Amino acid sequence: MIQLEGLTKQYGKFVAVNGIDMEVPTGELFGFLGPNGAGKTTTLRMIAGILRPTAGRVLLGGDDVQENPMAAKARLGYIPDRPFVYEKLTGAEFLRFVAGLYGQDGTVIEQRIDELLDLFELSVWKDELVEAYSHGMRQKLIISSALIHRPECIVVDEPMVGLDPKGARLLKDIFRQFVDRGGTVLMSTHTLEVAQAMCDRIAIIQNGNIVARGTIAELRHQTEAGDASLEELFLKLTGGGAMRELAAVLSD
Amino acid sequence: MALAHIISPKWRTTLSRARQSQGGRGKAIVMGTVGLVFWLAVFGVLYRVLRYFRGVEEIGPLLAGKLLGLVLLSFLSILILSNVITALSSFFLAKDLDLLVSSPVDWIHVYLAKLGETAVHSSWMVALMAVPIFTAYGIVYDGGWLFGPFVVSVFIPLLLFPAVVGSALTLILVNVFPARRTRDLLSIIAIAAAGGVVLLFRLIRPEQLARPEGFRNLLDFITVLRTPTSPFLPSEWATDSVMGYLVGPFDPLALVLLWSSAGATIVVGALLHWKLYASGYTKAQEGAERFIRGWVWQRVLGPIFHPLSVAKREFVIKDLKLFFRDTTQWSQLILLGVLVVIYLFNIKALPLFSGEQVPFALVTIVSFLNLGLAGFVLAAIAARFIFPAISLEGRQMWLLRSSPLNLRAMLWSKYWVGTIPLLVLALLITILTNVLLQASTFMMAVGVSTIILLTLAMSAMALGLGAVFPQFDTENAAQIPTSYGGLVFMMSTIALLAAVIVIEAAPVYAYLQAASRGEPIPISTTMLGAFALVAVLCLGATTVALYVGLRRIEAMEF
Repeated sequence: MIQLEGLTKQYGKFVAVNGIDMEVPTGELFGFLGPNGAGKTTTLRMIAGILRPTAGRVLLGGDDVQENPMAAKARLGYIPDRPFVYEKLTGAEFLRFVAGLYGQDGTVIEQRIDELLDLFELSVWKDELVEAYSHGMRQKLIISSALIHRPECIVVDEPMVGLDPKGARLLKDIFRQFVDRGGTVLMSTHTLEVAQAMCDRIAIIQNGNIVARGTIAELRHQTEAGDASLEELFLKLTGGGAMRELAAVLSD
Repeated sequence: MALAHIISPKWRTTLSRARQSQGGRGKAIVMGTVGLVFWLAVFGVLYRVLRYFRGVEEIGPLLAGKLLGLVLLSFLSILILSNVITALSSFFLAKDLDLLVSSPVDWIHVYLAKLGETAVHSSWMVALMAVPIFTAYGIVYDGGWLFGPFVVSVFIPLLLFPAVVGSALTLILVNVFPARRTRDLLSIIAIAAAGGVVLLFRLIRPEQLARPEGFRNLLDFITVLRTPTSPFLPSEWATDSVMGYLVGPFDPLALVLLWSSAGATIVVGALLHWKLYASGYTKAQEGAERFIRGWVWQRVLGPIFHPLSVAKREFVIKDLKLFFRDTTQWSQLILLGVLVVIYLFNIKALPLFSGEQVPFALVTIVSFLNLGLAGFVLAAIAARFIFPAISLEGRQMWLLRSSPLNLRAMLWSKYWVGTIPLLVLALLITILTNVLLQASTFMMAVGVSTIILLTLAMSAMALGLGAVFPQFDTENAAQIPTSYGGLVFMMSTIALLAAVIVIEAAPVYAYLQAASRGEPIPISTTMLGAFALVAVLCLGATTVALYVGLRRIEAMEF
């Protein structure tokens, strides 16, 4: 379970995230949507313990990320939006290293490495340095690294970027099976079709504040949008001005 | 106009970086002062040498010209090597190339923009170095105010030549080998060549050339001096121009040769670029084949580090793999080897044992002062290899911070991975130099124990200050120690070294006095207190530096 209580992040006078309260229970796939610069990535990085909150707290399975980081982070698998990995390690070595960070090694991990590389069709690249991997392959490797230690929660920032259709489909299946087995996924994405198809509940963040949350049906009800699609709901909640400007620019 | 447009993002970036740089005015003052001191030192030495040459009848100007020729020839060689390596990045691996190549920009503008970028990146340091040199020549030989602009007109084509030649060589190499492989190959060749030249220069013992018995007669000597060393090289034309201007007779041919040849080289370079760049750029996009036998590392290193916790073990193994798989990192070990050989050679070449009686006091003093010198060498090595350790983790910090890795364990791993090889090197240098010097057991004990303490402290300071002044944007580890933080580290280390030498001077002096009177070692409270103070100082520096480094890493946000 992921709990955010009054989570705030300020950079000088700029408030990137403004006192968010949110709860993602066990067995739920939760979508976190918002326009560029709304505060999604900052929130996810605070959950992962990369950024320190200005106020508020993050609880992972009941453990505070700041107060009890080792226990909290051991439950988490984090997938960032930009796949920076050690260029001079091979794919298998990178996964072994990540498992080591979680205190895991031995034959169980070796088997798990083979399974994950096989699942993401990276087995052929197992012993090749990461510097030769494409963007999509790196993304697959990072997803594998988030799963290597069998986490309870997954926090993922833009998971579909760089993935081929087969990889994207595979990831959707993995996340669905993960939550069906009692895992928790918090996913930020701009791909609204993916969010609509996959997520049990959704929160929309704008200017650091959550402006709406709930199932698609609840969002429709909150916005009185009839049977509108998530895309329409999103534009209605976050302001469609930008879309109109874009249309004007393209028609020039 | 189009050329200026292509270049504009570069200089705008440079300007913003200068405005946003940490430390602001304080940093600029420190860097400026260090630069100025260096300039003044170069100027001072050269000024004295040239004043002396000027006082020597007949051969004085010849010697000054020869010296300038040698300096400019060295500049030319350094510049060609440096341009070859820089051209590889700017022409084939730079991040802006995709945009430039896919835009409707004329190829000649791309060539000229990239040539300019290569020339500036490769030459700025040499150009700065040339300022005090030409100033000394101008002042000693009364060059007058016009000498400055004249030198600039000579120096610009001298910088253009190696930029064009270097870029052309790179263009040809990239058409033959994959770009990334070429970069690795060039780094090794460059470092091995630099190491070889330095080693050769030291081993031929140039100090012997100063002995008068080396010359058979003056006429032979003057004849040799008058003969041009390399008449077909631009460095010789530049020397002829400058010396012609200063001491006459001035022949404009040399200057005309410089500019016309520089122009012609650029035309040839541009033609080569036109013919070969497209195929070279395409080849540069190919990834080098990099299958690695990772299990060899795991089998060898796994059992060695087995007693460590899983996280520490994997961290240490990872750091070792990254170091030995990165050519720009491990190839520096070649230079390190050369440095150690030269160091030991210098100690062996000291004229201590040339007389009939070995002066005990002299050996003891040299052995003691050697501690400072060895400490300085170790500090430079720590700056190169340990200082960048935290900066190099920058892009992967998301992984380390989101995992349950104890940052203390990370710091611990990085500390020992850097310290143990440094300690081995420190002991090797200290023990071997003391053996070569035939130092006493007391001096050997002082030397070994002090260097152990100093190494522990310097290594911690390198790691700690590397965390305080991280350079997360720099991908090249070799550039990190040249930053402001690197300078702060070197200054702090020198202060520590100076303090240790000053504190230990008293007990060593007491020992020297007693030994010269044939008395036993005077173990007094002062002596024990001095050694204890050194231990406290070094261990204190170790602890504080690691503590500050840890706090800094914990506070970092990415």
